[in-house]
Amino acid sequence: MKHEITLKINGQSVSAEVDSRLLLVHFIREHLSMTGTHIGCDTSNCGACTVLLDGKSIKSCTYLAVRADGAEITTIEGLAAEGTNHPIQQGFHDQHGLHCGFCTPGMIMRSVELLKNNPNPTEEEIRWGISGNLCRCTGYNNIVKAIQQAAGEMQKEKQTAV
Amino acid sequence: MIPANFTYHRAHSVQDAIALAESLGEEAKYMSGGHSLLPMMKLRFATPEHIIDISKIEGLSFIKEEGDLLKIGGLTTQSEMEHSKLIREKYPIFSDAIKLTADPSVRNVGTMGGNIAHGDAANDQPALMLAMRATIVAEGPEGRKTIPIDAFFHGFYMTALEPADVLVEIHVPKAKKRSGGAYYKMERKVGDYATAGVAVYLELDDSGTCREIGIGLTNVSAVPMRVDRAEDLLRGKKITQDLMDQAGAMAAEDCEPTSDLRGSEAYKRSLVHTLTKRMLNKALERAGQ
Repeated sequence: MKHEITLKINGQSVSAEVDSRLLLVHFIREHLSMTGTHIGCDTSNCGACTVLLDGKSIKSCTYLAVRADGAEITTIEGLAAEGTNHPIQQGFHDQHGLHCGFCTPGMIMRSVELLKNNPNPTEEEIRWGISGNLCRCTGYNNIVKAIQQAAGEMQKEKQTAV
Repeated sequence: MIPANFTYHRAHSVQDAIALAESLGEEAKYMSGGHSLLPMMKLRFATPEHIIDISKIEGLSFIKEEGDLLKIGGLTTQSEMEHSKLIREKYPIFSDAIKLTADPSVRNVGTMGGNIAHGDAANDQPALMLAMRATIVAEGPEGRKTIPIDAFFHGFYMTALEPADVLVEIHVPKAKKRSGGAYYKMERKVGDYATAGVAVYLELDDSGTCREIGIGLTNVSAVPMRVDRAEDLLRGKKITQDLMDQAGAMAAEDCEPTSDLRGSEAYKRSLVHTLTKRMLNKALERAGQ
């Protein structure tokens, strides 16, 4: 059965007809051709498919596209403003927070919500915060540093804005 | 992996959900967060013909104290519990459990009601519900019903809920000056299902004597289980280290674990023994002993 859905993705309104069983990650990758969101384990363990839905990180491999009707979704493609890296992207770049890069989009999207809820996390809080995102290359240390750098930058930005 | 074909329906109210479930019949299944059901559907362990999405129903997401009770809406997400100041300050047993349940992104979607209604002894909330002697409130075709937790879990993935019943509220005792609860599970890696888990909730009287106690276990039986024998041992007494050890031994003896990839039967019994003691200690400390 087909359903009419309308949602916002990275600020743009999109309408589509989707099957009941279409998963959000396939809708994003195959219908919208935005392949920054990855499919890893496909069982909600690895977090490679993490996107923001109404500001909250979710695993898009375990979410029906039809349920996202009316939602606002942000993917890795929607993070950088006008060609400048988001502070979290810059952190991953500067701190070598990636190796093969497969987990990176999910890791970054998860970090966005983590820093929104907790702008100044401890190392332990960061490690718990990314516990649903697996990286098989880095050993996580540089990912933690990347998020710490981003937290610092975002705090500074906030202070300058005030 | 893509689930087998089904037809999606969105319920806009509890009455709407019940009417849909009644008209669609046995092959329909409610979905709240969907973080247990959808993975099962992707693996084709479950192939419902109709999914009734109850996640958008308004008014079923709340955490509030009323009278002698803490009331939790069925659609309250695990994240909402985790970030609730009331829960963090007065009901740390939930914080203990939720921190160890899956991961933050899963908790953003997974609901309290779903964790219980799924009827899986591997989920964490059932043990807490048993320990706290929760009451489950459901709405069905015949109206509202309240189900004591001891009559709720019937078998593997089977509960007292009829196919058209929606779990709307969870009631547990309101925190008292001298009450305390604690939960811990051993897991192979963060967010895994429990190798074994123990929930303890107790209330003391002014003299420090244990007035009421509940002990619930995770993933060491086919159906979420309570350790009556250990509860009976401790109720009405001042709880000493020696009694805790005896209670732990009883829990280890009475549980029904099976050997699997998470550990041998003997290892799991040993875990239950140790965790029961630790959680009794922690619950007592929180109760101000």
